[in-house]
Amino acid sequence: MTLFKSREALLALAILVTLGVIAARFPAFVAPSNLANVFNDTAPLMLLAIGQMIVILTKCIDLSVAANLALTGMVAALMNGAGVPLPLILCAVVALGAALGAVNGVLVWKLGIPSIVVTLGTMTIYRGTIFLMTEGKWVNAHEMSDAFKALPRHVILGLPVMSWIAIATIAVFAVVLARTALGRAFYAVGGNPHAAVYAGLDVGRTQFWAFVISGALAGVTGYLWVARYAVAYVDVAGGFELDVVAACVIGGIAIAGGAGSLWGAMLGALFLGVIKNALPVVGISPFWQMAISGLAIILAVAFNAAQRRPRGRLILREAAQ
Amino acid sequence: MQPVLRLRGISKSFPGVKALQGVQLDLYPGEVTALIGENGAGKSTIVKVLTGIYQPEEGTIEIDGRGVRLTSADAAARAGVTAIHQETVLFDELTVAENIWLGHAPRGRFGLIDRRAMREGAARLLAGIGAQIDPGARLGDLGIASRHMVAIARALSIEARVVILDEPTAALSHKEIHELYDLVEKLKRQGKAILFISHKFDEIFRIADRYTVFRDGQFVAEGRMAEVTEGALVQMMVGRSVDQIFPARVHNVGAPVLTVAGYSHPTEFADISFTLHRGEILGFYGLVGAGRSEVMQALFGITTPSKGACRVDDQVRVIRSTAEAVDAGIVYVPEDRGRQGAVKGLPIFQNVTLPSLGAVSRAGFLRMAEELALARDYTRRLDLRAAALDQDVGLLSGGNQQKVVIAKWLATRPRVIILDEPTKGIDIGSKAAVHAFMAELAAEGLSIIMVSSEIPEVLGMSDRVIVMREGRIVDEVSGERMTPETLVRAAAGLAVAA
Repeated sequence: MTLFKSREALLALAILVTLGVIAARFPAFVAPSNLANVFNDTAPLMLLAIGQMIVILTKCIDLSVAANLALTGMVAALMNGAGVPLPLILCAVVALGAALGAVNGVLVWKLGIPSIVVTLGTMTIYRGTIFLMTEGKWVNAHEMSDAFKALPRHVILGLPVMSWIAIATIAVFAVVLARTALGRAFYAVGGNPHAAVYAGLDVGRTQFWAFVISGALAGVTGYLWVARYAVAYVDVAGGFELDVVAACVIGGIAIAGGAGSLWGAMLGALFLGVIKNALPVVGISPFWQMAISGLAIILAVAFNAAQRRPRGRLILREAAQ
Repeated sequence: MQPVLRLRGISKSFPGVKALQGVQLDLYPGEVTALIGENGAGKSTIVKVLTGIYQPEEGTIEIDGRGVRLTSADAAARAGVTAIHQETVLFDELTVAENIWLGHAPRGRFGLIDRRAMREGAARLLAGIGAQIDPGARLGDLGIASRHMVAIARALSIEARVVILDEPTAALSHKEIHELYDLVEKLKRQGKAILFISHKFDEIFRIADRYTVFRDGQFVAEGRMAEVTEGALVQMMVGRSVDQIFPARVHNVGAPVLTVAGYSHPTEFADISFTLHRGEILGFYGLVGAGRSEVMQALFGITTPSKGACRVDDQVRVIRSTAEAVDAGIVYVPEDRGRQGAVKGLPIFQNVTLPSLGAVSRAGFLRMAEELALARDYTRRLDLRAAALDQDVGLLSGGNQQKVVIAKWLATRPRVIILDEPTKGIDIGSKAAVHAFMAELAAEGLSIIMVSSEIPEVLGMSDRVIVMREGRIVDEVSGERMTPETLVRAAAGLAVAA
């Protein structure tokens, strides 16, 4: 029974059931190579969901991730066009993404503006900046160097580099969240900001670092996205921030902060990824996809609400001790 | 004369606390009854019973001789009971007229709200109490005194028989207080029965006709103000049977550890100077809102004092953040555990190690084994009852949560620990454990500041007691002067008994 009480187990089960239903009619969908494709396709969503999850843990939200991704992706494409070597581009996208995240973080930390307002503003500013840089022109595949385009697709041990980057990032943040003071601070600050202050934690600074992490991950994803799809323009990943938030909510990250696991967020992202890839195979209109992810969000939130219903003071259990 | 409101045998308990035990209260038409008692005597609980927020487990409530059940705030309002609180519960964004009529607005055609009747009715009610307030003004733009007027007009709009004034003068200026007195006179002439709750004796003697005294949730006495003296009232408030046993203390006070000189804050407190010695328990007594917690928050770096100096072990310390306070060896266990203490959702051991993360890390990585060892060490010393250290703190009882918070701070190995209302709202058994542990810590040489509003606790545990009133230290009591009367008189601003 405890297995079904764990949200992660339940979500994993939901993904397996979905895969099973699809496999019954389209066995090719569950072939290892296709599953690897689905995973690779979901990698950007997972990368952004890591950052978003951390931001949500601290009682904030980052709506600017997709715009950050588009801007850093465009900068990467332009740098590539100017002949900048690839390693330098990779460093630059992480730094730029982190800097754009730091802008959000500083506004939340030092000015105390609600994060939803801050990131709604910067989301528009970052998209607008792309337009100002390019006057709306696209950077197309033939304007990108082969090395630039090849890196995310390069296959190592059966998986493309993009998937490996996602796996490595998940591993790093699993350690950061479980085993570092900063990771603990993300949970404490969101779980009870007042108590965190009394414990000597700086709530604003912790939130700042959450935004920096979210921004840096958006930066990396910006390069991966633009290189993989071999195109950069103003509206790259338009509206993708909502998918990212959805992945976190489905994964059981409490929108009020302080609760949720990295594995939950990753399974939430995978669930959305499976649905998105399966629907065209099954022959269902992509418009249903939106309805299904919407339904999944509501179910997830309802599940959360049911789980957090006050359980009383467990008087019997305490008396038994 | 028949009372308008008659309460008999009212009992209300919360987990671990009997807030009211069979109390009685009578309110008479056209008279002001003062409800007198220490902090925790059950005054605010009875207000919540009367306004339908709490349902008593036992007892009867009669209005005009008919038994009523006040099952909700709405039911209380319909029965004619209304309360004006310290912080009036009104809506800033609505207009004065809307606030007055919310929930019982006059209806016009088609059952729609008749805005004109509402505005005219509000103007009439406000004029009736001599308040010059525009019914169309936004409530948020008014001062506190005007808000009181609006609250009173609202009380009149529901044709209340019983008006409860819960420390109405706490936030008012001198002039506003006099306007309030005039208003109370008007309400008396209209035949309202008024319950007046205040800690200020001069006020009580000025406007009350009768008194009722509660102590520890029990009814003590009632009578006419004309037939009682201040001294007799104080005696009724504090005279108690000693029903709590405090641990034997080794009064072994050593060298000064913490010296505070002239701590002042622009709005909260002024000229706070005291010395705390090694192994000493220093009590801080005062009424709620006397500024005790504010001083402690400044010592802990939550707020910054505008003036004054603080020395720990002869070393001047500037404390501007909690991290600097912990570094100086000062820690603070706040009063409001729910908000400021435990992080619910995190397991017990992670709560304990939260301020000591550096000590349980190696090369920047937390060591779970060391975290558990630290948490086990301190929770065991406090006799924490929990199934496992990775249990969610939110599932523990209040007393055990308090132990986790105390363990968290002891784990930082402080010189000075400040306990703000350490046993508020926890059961007797846990209280005794906390007291015993405090005595043990002091015996080991830790210096303790205990902020408490419970007189037996202050007297039973402290070596010395500092009494604060309105942001200042008004008395320091030790030895034979440590009596309930001295503390209550100093805290209430009465002359010291001869």
